[in-house]
Formats: sequence, structure tokens, C-alpha cells
Amino acid sequence: MTKYSLKINGKIQQVDVEPSTPVLWVLRDHLNLTGTKFGCGMGMCGACTIHLDDAPVRSCSLPVSTVGKQAITTIEGLSVNGTHPVQKAWIEHDVAQCGYCQAGQIMSAAALLKETAATNRSNLSDEDIDNYMSGNICRCGTYLRIKEAIKSAAGK
Amino acid sequence: MENIDTQSRRSFLKSSVLAGGGLMLSLTWFSKAKAAEKIPELNLSEHWSELSSYIKITTDNIIKIFCPNPEFGQNVMTSLPMIVAEELDADWKNVVVEMSPHDNVKYGSQFTGGSNSVRMYWQPLRNAGATARQMLIEAAAQTWGVPAAEITTKSGILSHSSGKSAKYGEVADKAATLPVPKDVKLKSPKDFTIVKNSKKNTEGSKIVTGKPLFGMDYRVEGMMIAMIQHPPAFGMKLKSFDASQALKMPGIKDIFSFKLYDDGFEQASFDTRTFNELIAIVGKSTWEVMNARKKLIVKWENAPETKEIINGWGGRKTELIIPSGLESTSVQLAKMQEMAKMPAQQYRKDGDPETAFKNAATIIERTYNAPFLAHNCMEPMNFFAHVEADKALVAGPIQAPGWMEPTLAKILNLPADKIEIQMTRMGGGFGRRAYAQYVYEAARISQKVKAPVKLIYSREDDMTYGIYRPMYTATYRAALDANKNLIAFHVKGGGIPENPIHANRFPAGAIDNYLAEGWEIRSNITIGAFRAPRSNFNAAAEQSFLDEVAEAMGKDPIDFRLDLLKRAKENPVGKNNEYDADRYAGVLNLLKEKSGWGKPENSGKKRGVAAYFCHNSYAGHVVDMVIRNGQPYVEQVTSAIDCGVVVNPDAAINMVQGAVVDGIGNAFYGALTHKDGVAEQNNFHNYRIIRHNEAPKKIDVHFVKNDIDPTGLGEPPFPPVFGAVANALYKMEGRRYYNQPFNSGFS
Ligand code: FES
Ligand code: FES
Repeated sequence: MTKYSLKINGKIQQVDVEPSTPVLWVLRDHLNLTGTKFGCGMGMCGACTIHLDDAPVRSCSLPVSTVGKQAITTIEGLSVNGTHPVQKAWIEHDVAQCGYCQAGQIMSAAALLKETAATNRSNLSDEDIDNYMSGNICRCGTYLRIKEAIKSAAGK
Repeated sequence: MENIDTQSRRSFLKSSVLAGGGLMLSLTWFSKAKAAEKIPELNLSEHWSELSSYIKITTDNIIKIFCPNPEFGQNVMTSLPMIVAEELDADWKNVVVEMSPHDNVKYGSQFTGGSNSVRMYWQPLRNAGATARQMLIEAAAQTWGVPAAEITTKSGILSHSSGKSAKYGEVADKAATLPVPKDVKLKSPKDFTIVKNSKKNTEGSKIVTGKPLFGMDYRVEGMMIAMIQHPPAFGMKLKSFDASQALKMPGIKDIFSFKLYDDGFEQASFDTRTFNELIAIVGKSTWEVMNARKKLIVKWENAPETKEIINGWGGRKTELIIPSGLESTSVQLAKMQEMAKMPAQQYRKDGDPETAFKNAATIIERTYNAPFLAHNCMEPMNFFAHVEADKALVAGPIQAPGWMEPTLAKILNLPADKIEIQMTRMGGGFGRRAYAQYVYEAARISQKVKAPVKLIYSREDDMTYGIYRPMYTATYRAALDANKNLIAFHVKGGGIPENPIHANRFPAGAIDNYLAEGWEIRSNITIGAFRAPRSNFNAAAEQSFLDEVAEAMGKDPIDFRLDLLKRAKENPVGKNNEYDADRYAGVLNLLKEKSGWGKPENSGKKRGVAAYFCHNSYAGHVVDMVIRNGQPYVEQVTSAIDCGVVVNPDAAINMVQGAVVDGIGNAFYGALTHKDGVAEQNNFHNYRIIRHNEAPKKIDVHFVKNDIDPTGLGEPPFPPVFGAVANALYKMEGRRYYNQPFNSGFS
């Protein structure tokens, strides 16, 4: 067991875990942040997507020992009260069906918008969104609404 | 005037309000014993008046509506409360929704599946809303001293011509003490203001902020995490294991083997038995359990043939022999081909098909095959259990709480009323969570370790556990006379271990000479309901076959179907035809109109059409296919559906779009194959699920507008997608695709 000090959603959190423990399980089991979901455990579905600094990362495949000083953001910390433009767009387009994949989808989408803003790109094409989002599976098939929601969030 | 049906009578309870905000129950229609055990939740910070099992109202006018059925993404936590709110004349803004507790006496079956939630609860929930509304009116009438008939309601407000008005919350206390009226008038659908109007998902903001809604998120203080190790192959069982190394791993509490069902256990219909003896690994945290599991040394051996006793619906007892052996997909396919040649069970025969085929000028015969499919719910199977000496609490994602309760009671040797079942939101279901063996496993484990436990399946555990969509095949034959008239139709279908035949569905009833037969091959690979069971194969095969028959007859595929439906309506052949020819034709006509069917197609875009009836509703799609990066791609889909009244239109569109995406994904990529009993796909790297870039750009959904009581929507749009895709592929490539998944045939 090793002690780690992690910056999560703006707060420093201490955990004492085995170094190989994926951040996913640190969040879920040790910090009771269960918004980040387990889907495949091998980086194939995106349900566990978090931000490491600004980049979207699959937390199921990210050992806690590699995090260091990088800031972790989870769905719980994306905004206060769900006011991030992506979250608002998700409500506006009533995207969710079962909802299990959506935290991961939203974290990927939020990262995409941040990257787009950073490069001063105004327009997101379907292909841009497909390329960025295709690591996130939605078994319920809400892809069309996710795309619409991303476009409307990008326009704001 | 419509009467309250028996179920909702029972569901009504009369409560009287006590000083201090308590509720005292006095029961009208359901057993007193049950009520004495079940005291409704009292929230001390709020004062709720309970007008029925479904409705509570606070003095500040908040209306809480209970959703009886578990939510798996079909949006019942919005649509079912909308039905109550409609007849209650509530202000939707003031409605809060809560999942109801499990109580089949109060709430009926509480089964999510078979596209039945809205269909089954439509009448009871309307009655619940209308009855509570009538009680509120009566309370106001007594308070104001005016006749009840003179009081009107609108958006949660009671008014009288004298100018008196009150919010529901102001009279709710009094209303809760009044007798429950027996006959209440329901609204005419034309007066609906909530139903038929899109409402946002009542759990939407919880979902987008990551609130703990799912079984995976359930936790209590002191809870342990458990995983199971099941045999690596179907047809194998545990021989011995050595846990000494694994037990030394940090955080591990216990490792043991256990039996799901005791010897001779009589299983209920949905008590699937895949692997009866499992190893449980129990520890403090998921990662520790996962790591310890890798240190287990297990010896497996081939399992013998086993006997299962199924005590099915209505006490029908059957014995099932499950064969031994390690099965492989190639061998299964060969076996199916053999079986297809043997005599089969006849399910329906009209006219004289043998003679008609003998006299035919042309016979078209085609065989279709489809593999096992894994449900792959986004949230892997999991359940919480806390079993104590005299009671148990289980909580998690489950479609059929009422079915598992008796089995759980038997397994734990506890009276059913000492078992509390809580239904969490499900991260998908698709039929998989109607089979509760993971609940029993969690309960067994908790009982052994005497602690609250959450059992979690890894994706690999989930995908290799069985309970798949069966493997199917069907051979269709059509006989045409010299004038290219369709004179006979024959379907012979089989499967492992279930056959797909729906003998009384279209085109039965539309063809003079008709024969439907089926056969089955037993297997130790377990199967279960998968979104639109059997239909999900039939619509692929039959709708693809009809396309080919239409072509041979020189007819447009939609007009060909319409002609058959006309025949089925005007002069139906045989009895027991399950479908309504008018509604079926209505969907095809709507599809024709909305898709612009028959207009010339541009050279790059090819269209396929299919329509199907299942689960009481009618659905059809036209898919537009293009070649993109050298591969067929469904770019756009037009859908037409008749499911009666559409309760929540925008959410219904979402569900149809999802079914279309799911259908394209499974038609193109879905397959779970086996080699020597081992599932060859075990996670998303080798089981392909449709992704963002493969979904259509556009899916236009159109509903037939009518006021027929809702007939269900979760499943019906799914099956015809397969056929429409197959038919578009033919147009695109000039050759037919007979074997799923279609991408295995892409050049
Ligand atoms: S759980 Fe991490 S990508 Fe699937
Ligand atoms: S909403 Fe169910 S998996 Fe995406």
C-alpha cells in the first residue's frame, strides 16, 4: 500500500492504495465518487472517462501511481450543479436512455469543446465529433442526440 | 364512464392523517396483514398525504408520483408518472418522481420487459390519477360546502364558479381521509395536456451530474465486494481449487465455492442455470478482489449431462436434460443443417401447401442463419445483498423483481415478506436482467460471509456467462404459379436451444397454403430473452425473404406487402392471426409517404425496406445506404411506428432511434461464437458494438396518430431494422446476405 495525494475536483484527497490500482476504482471504492462508470476495464468503452488536467483519459486503465500532480476532474466536478454547457445541452436534447454511458460521453464531449475552443475552431463537423467520440460506446444507441447536444453546446 | 379495475382497487389505500405529520393506514382493498408489515415511508421534514400507492401530496403542493416499474432506459420514470399526472390534472412542474418499493400487491407485476410497462399500467395509472383527483374534488366540495360536480380542476388547482379556489396541497390532508370513489370518469384522449406532450426525463439532471443511480453505485457502510469465477467454458464444471495464494492477497476476506441451486432444486421459468457451482472471491475493494482472483489456481473438468427441473408458469413441471460436451459454432451450424432436414413439429397449416408446392411454376427457397448475441448491457451484472438470520435486503438492477422473490425466498430459506427488494436504475437491460441468477449469487455470498456484499461481474464475466440470444436458422420457401402469383408459403425454423417460429404472424392469414414448422437442439449454452425475442431473428429472415419474393413476382416490396395485407383483412386465411392488417398497412403507407418511397434513387444511395409486428405494435423502416470508405454505411433511416397513443413523444423518438442504431449494430457486427465451449468474444475489443461513427446521420421517426391505448415501444422498432439493412445491402451489392452478422460477408 502507498499513500497518494490526489487533486480531484479541486480538492486534495488522500488515499492509501496499491500503486497499480486504476483511478476508476480509487474514485469509486475509496472516495465514493461513483459518477465515473465501469464498463469494460480495458479502455474500450469510455464509460470511465475523466479529465487528467484537460485531457480525456480512461480511468480504468490509469494506475493511480502515474497521476502525480495532474488534476483529476470527474463528472461530479465538471460544474457546480450541472451547469456546464455540455450538461445543459444533454438536458436540452434529452439525450440519455439508460444513462450509464453518459458521464463518460459528457466528459469526452467537454474535453472536445475545450480543445476546439483552444484552437479557435468555430465549427465542429460530424466527422470531428465522430473521430473524437468513437471511443465512447452507448449501448442504448443515443449517438444522434449526443452529436446534436455537442453541436448545440459548441454553439454557445 | 370507465370503472376502476380490480388491480387498482387493491392498490388504493385510504389513509388518515395524524397530528404531527404521521399517517395511519386504514385499508380498503388489500389485505390487512400485508399492510401491517409495510408502513409507508415517513419523511419527517415533509408532510405527505397519501392518496394512493402512487400519489402523495404535500401541503406546499408538491406531488410525488411513484413509478411502479424498474427503469432501464425506456424512460418509464417519466412516462408512467405522466399518465398519473394527466388524469390527476397535476401541474407537471410540481411533480417529483420516485421509484416505488417492490410490492406486487400494491403495484402489480412491476415487470419491465416485453414492451409492457406503458401497456400494462396505462389503465391502472389513469385510474389512480383520476381517483385521487376525485378525492381532492370531494375534499374541496366538503370544505366549501358546494356540490362536487361544480368543481373543476386544472394544473393542480381546484376552482368553483363562486370564485373559490385551492391548490391540491391545501385539501390533500382532507382528501386522504375520504372514502375512495369506485367509479371515476377518465379523460378523453383529445383532452390530454400532459400525455402526448414531450416531457424531459425526470432523472436527466441526476444522470448528467453523475449521481449514484445504478446498482453499481449502491453501497452501505461495511459493504464487501465480491466477484465470481465461473468455468472458462460451457460444458465444464469445477473440479478443485487452491486459494492459498489468493487468500494472502491484501484486502481479501474469504474465498469459497458455492452452489447456486441445491441438488434437486425446482427452478422457476426464469431461473437460468448456467454454471451451478462457482467460486466467490470476497474482499474490501474491487481492485483487490480482481487481483486476488488472478492468483486462484482452479482445476476444471468436463461436466456430465445434467437434469433441470423447471417448475414453470402455472405450476407446469418439466424436466430438461442439458447435454454434456464442449460445443463449437462450426459444429453447431452443421448440426442445425442436419436437423433442418428432419421432420419437425407443425405449428400451423392452412390449405394444402404440399400440393401447391408440387404444382408451382417457381419455388424460391432460402436459408437464414444468426448467431448467439450477448446483451452487453452497458452496466455489467451486479447486485447488492445483505442477508441476515431472519431477513434480507437485496438491491440493484433487475427487470423482474416479482419473479425472483419466490426463488430468493427458497434459496435463503426465508419467508418472502422478510426479503426487501430495492430496484435501482439499470444501465441497460435488453432482457438480460429478467434472469436473476446474479441476485441469487449475491445473496448466497452475503449469507456465507455474514456481511453486506456487492457482487460485481467484470465485462468478461458478463459476456461469457451465457443467457444469450439463441442461435437461429430458418428456411423459407415460396411457391409461385405460372402467372407469378404467390400460392404457398412455408417456414421451417430451428434454433439452439429454442426455435424462432411465430406461426400466426404475417404473412400467415394472407396466403391460402401456409405451413409453419419448428425444431430445437438442446445445448449447455444458456439463452434468454433479447430485445424482441425470436422476432429479432424472424424480422431479419422473413422480411429479407419477402423482398426476394416481391422481386421474383415483379412487384414493389411495399406494394407487395400491402396486397398481402389487403387479402388478410378482406378475406383472412385461417384463424388466430395475431396482427391487425389495417395497422400494419398503416405503418407501411406512412413509411411510403415519409420516405418518399418510389422516387428514383441516386446512384450512390440504395434503399431497403422492412416492417414487422411484434409486442402488440407495428414498426417499419426505410434505410438509405451508401458506400463510405469502401464499406456499406447506413446514412439515413426513416421509421414509421404504430404503438397507439404516444405518451412522451420526444422520448419515444429517442427510443426508436436507439432501436435503429442497436439493430444496425447487431445486424452488421453482433456475434458471440464458441470454440470448444469457450466464448470467443469476451470484451469490447473482440465483440463489436456499433459506435458513434457507424450510427446513421439522421433517423426520422414518424408515429401513426391514433387514440388506441398504448401498445408498447421498447422492442417493436428493433427487429425490422435487420431486414431493412439486409434489403439495402442487396440493392447495394447485387447479392443477398443470408448470414448474420453481415460484416462477415463484406468484401
Ligand atoms: S471502463 Fe474504462 S474504457 Fe471501459
Ligand atoms: S444511454 Fe444507455 S448506454 Fe448510453
